[in-house]
Amino acid sequence: MQEYITTVSKYLLPLCMGFYAFECFSILFNKKESDRGFLYLRQNFWMFAIQFISFVNLALVSRDKQYIYMYVLVQLLLLTIVLIPVLVYRKINRFLLNNMAMLMGIGLVMLCRLSIEKAQRQFIIMVVSLIISMFVPLIVEKVKILHKLTWIYATVGLLLLSVVLLLSESTLGAKITYTISGLTFQPSEFVKILFIFFVAGALWEDHSFKRVCITTVIAALHVLVLVLSTDLGGALIFFVAYLAMLFVATNNVLYLLAGALAGSGAAVVAYHLFSHIKVRVLAWQDPWSYIDGKGYQITQSLFAIGSGSWFGMGLYSGNPDDIPLVEADFIFSSICEEYGVIFAVCFILMIVTCFLMMMEIAIRQHNNFYRLVSLGIGVVYIFQIFLTVGGGIKFIPLTGVTLPFISYGGSSILSTMLMFFILQGISIINMKEGGKRRVRRKRKVSKEIIEVELGENSSGEEDSGEKNGEKVGQS
Amino acid sequence: MDNRNSIKAISVFFSALFVCMMVYMCNFVYHNEQEMINNSYNSRSEILLSKNYRGTIYAASGEVLAETELDSAGNETRVYPYSNLFSHSIGYSTNGRMGVEAFCNYYLINSNLNLTEKVSNSTLGLKNPGDSVYTTFDVSIQEAADKALGIYNGAIIMTDVKTGKILAMVSKPNFDPNQIVTLWSDLVEDTESSVLLNRATQGLYPPGSTFKIVTALEYIRQNPDSYSDYSYNCNGIFKKDDCRIQCYHGMTHGKVSFTKSFAKSCNSSFANIGTGLDMNSFADTLEDLLFNQELPYNATLYSKSSVNVSEEMTTDDIMQTSIGQGKTLMTPLHLNMITAAIANNGEMMTPYMVDRVESVDGRVIKTYKPKSNGQVMTEEEARILQELMTAVVESGTASKLQGYGYTAAGKTGSAEYNSNSDSHAWFTGFAPVENPQVAVTVILECAGSGGDYAVPMARRVFDAYFESVN
Repeated sequence: MQEYITTVSKYLLPLCMGFYAFECFSILFNKKESDRGFLYLRQNFWMFAIQFISFVNLALVSRDKQYIYMYVLVQLLLLTIVLIPVLVYRKINRFLLNNMAMLMGIGLVMLCRLSIEKAQRQFIIMVVSLIISMFVPLIVEKVKILHKLTWIYATVGLLLLSVVLLLSESTLGAKITYTISGLTFQPSEFVKILFIFFVAGALWEDHSFKRVCITTVIAALHVLVLVLSTDLGGALIFFVAYLAMLFVATNNVLYLLAGALAGSGAAVVAYHLFSHIKVRVLAWQDPWSYIDGKGYQITQSLFAIGSGSWFGMGLYSGNPDDIPLVEADFIFSSICEEYGVIFAVCFILMIVTCFLMMMEIAIRQHNNFYRLVSLGIGVVYIFQIFLTVGGGIKFIPLTGVTLPFISYGGSSILSTMLMFFILQGISIINMKEGGKRRVRRKRKVSKEIIEVELGENSSGEEDSGEKNGEKVGQS
Repeated sequence: MDNRNSIKAISVFFSALFVCMMVYMCNFVYHNEQEMINNSYNSRSEILLSKNYRGTIYAASGEVLAETELDSAGNETRVYPYSNLFSHSIGYSTNGRMGVEAFCNYYLINSNLNLTEKVSNSTLGLKNPGDSVYTTFDVSIQEAADKALGIYNGAIIMTDVKTGKILAMVSKPNFDPNQIVTLWSDLVEDTESSVLLNRATQGLYPPGSTFKIVTALEYIRQNPDSYSDYSYNCNGIFKKDDCRIQCYHGMTHGKVSFTKSFAKSCNSSFANIGTGLDMNSFADTLEDLLFNQELPYNATLYSKSSVNVSEEMTTDDIMQTSIGQGKTLMTPLHLNMITAAIANNGEMMTPYMVDRVESVDGRVIKTYKPKSNGQVMTEEEARILQELMTAVVESGTASKLQGYGYTAAGKTGSAEYNSNSDSHAWFTGFAPVENPQVAVTVILECAGSGGDYAVPMARRVFDAYFESVN
């Protein structure tokens, strides 16, 4: 019996994920909000289907009863995520909300499979993060001085990063965490958000050459501190986010080119200056020659992906524990191994639609400050995914960043959720403004019609005029 | 102040980046899945082996070459019914893997048994049988080759010239794969006789006079209209610029034509031919014939043949290289591929030793098709070389192949490997001449002359082939 279920699941899971990704694209290309309602429900259906099949497999193969109560807990959390925010904020972007639930759901399944204890901790972190994040859209909408705090963002951000650089214990070569009373923080995760607000605040109305220079110097300071903390991935994310925001703020391709050039130059210098960067590049170029040492992680990751192949080895049937740091930096490889590459590709497609939705929110936003913030968040999100997925499949050198919402780690979960809910706030502003404009436009149109009708009627019968007026009023 | 297009540009950029990344990932999985499973650093093959037991390996006509036997307690033993006979070609699967056991490891440890039987096995707590591998080997030819080698160290390889199927591949000294666990430490420690080396594909030997096939081809290429007018007066020794070349055991051949130089394997004449060749063009020909290159062969480990031909060569180097001595090294496999290409009218086939993989219930999972490696010489060039090689049997050094009910052609070689004129005995050739079917290559280490020692061995293998065909 079990053999039937695991074999059928192997093909059913990629199928469900494929349908889910398909719904994502349908929603993205269907601009009318009124047509989207049914599609959101279909997304939820496929998500809960994937959850159900996944947990049935986990419980069946591992014969561990704990998975049954984990299943119930996770489903309750996911239900809360897709329902409660919609009740609180009627205009919330359900696409981002559903995808957030989907990502967290898959992340919890993978963590449950790797270590139930870690999954439980992650679950608690998610609940706390959700409660905190629920207030964020309100702040974004109501607090009117966010765009004026530019220098505070920069000061606090730089201070936090410097404190980490000076005081932190180094985890695996990178000085990135700081422990306060038993809780370990990774401040760069939160400074990311401050940084986006700083750049948006600095460039949203004034982008004279002088202004750009000052902003660039301060942004470069952030990157420098991260490089000194040997947080290579973090430094890259800050740099790319800044470049994208600078380009959009100034609308000037020259800045983009100059930035890219300067970045490449800095990369070459860093390569020669820091041995740990050199090691990563070497391990990327030819991991097979260093399989016992610096190429070990990446080759184990490639083994996982290659062994999983198209349909995966099945949940709880692979060996993802062979990859060092699997639950943080290499969780994508474990998804490939057990769910298969077809599932993983659909999964990435879903993430790309998330990014495109963020860009749409940016385009629809009329306040340039919030437009830049949306853009910054979108770029930080997608580029971080690029670094971690690309690193795991040997597309680019390893940088050691987490997969947002999936990887184990409190700071990563909270900061990503904050970013998603900031975007929700901005999206809510869009919806309300869009709504107002539509009403205004409608009123304007109906007034004109009435005036025309009245003009005609003045020389004709009055009854029909009244009727027309009523109809327009109703529409 | 409209920056919407800039945002759209960024969206397009990242979408394109992700498309590239996904294509890369799919490409990686498509091309590397088996290699990943087979790598000994990957623990996942153990997962598969905990669910399936290793599949069976068969010869072309169905004899079992390797199978896993289960006792009543479910203990698995890998059994090789022919013991030493297929030691290098089928290989072993404990203490690492070798031969077909390594090449087809992925299929042997995966089971494509139908789902119903898998379910019934899993209810009974039994493992599933891995898929079966059908090789191209012919047991009777393999036995003949093994007997022919006798006590000599060396290798024999026979391939089908039209398809590239390897019919027999023997390397000696060999070992009993049934005993691999107990033998292991001895085999690894022993550095003198290199038992674990598959001499047919990994052994690098000076090709000796068999290399004259290549020198002759180059001479024909450079003198397409006048090569048949070639003539040379051999007095047993060729001198140029203070360098000298002697004929084998100081023989003198007198006035020789091009064909006679080849048939009698006259070193002096070929040294003379060599010194007249354009070395750049020669280097191109050698490259076409896959010297210093990877071979289109992935079934077992192999070595690259090496030769050094360039304009900067000294006269001595040129003379030595032309007769297959000097720094040139070749594997029997590579020489066999060139011989088979000549027999196949210039088209080189990729050698292979696995025909197909089937599930235990007979569903074909994968078929290996003959693969052409292209025309390495023109049909006309191949025809001329066939004639030259026929002359070697009819009136030259391989006369011991005459009169056995089939016609054969080939080239002998006696490759000197030390200063005492001791030599490895070579023969490479094909049969039948009218419609070539098989190519055989023989090397006997330290045996003596090719004509006396290697040719009779080749004959026995040809005999076995024609017996098994009729």
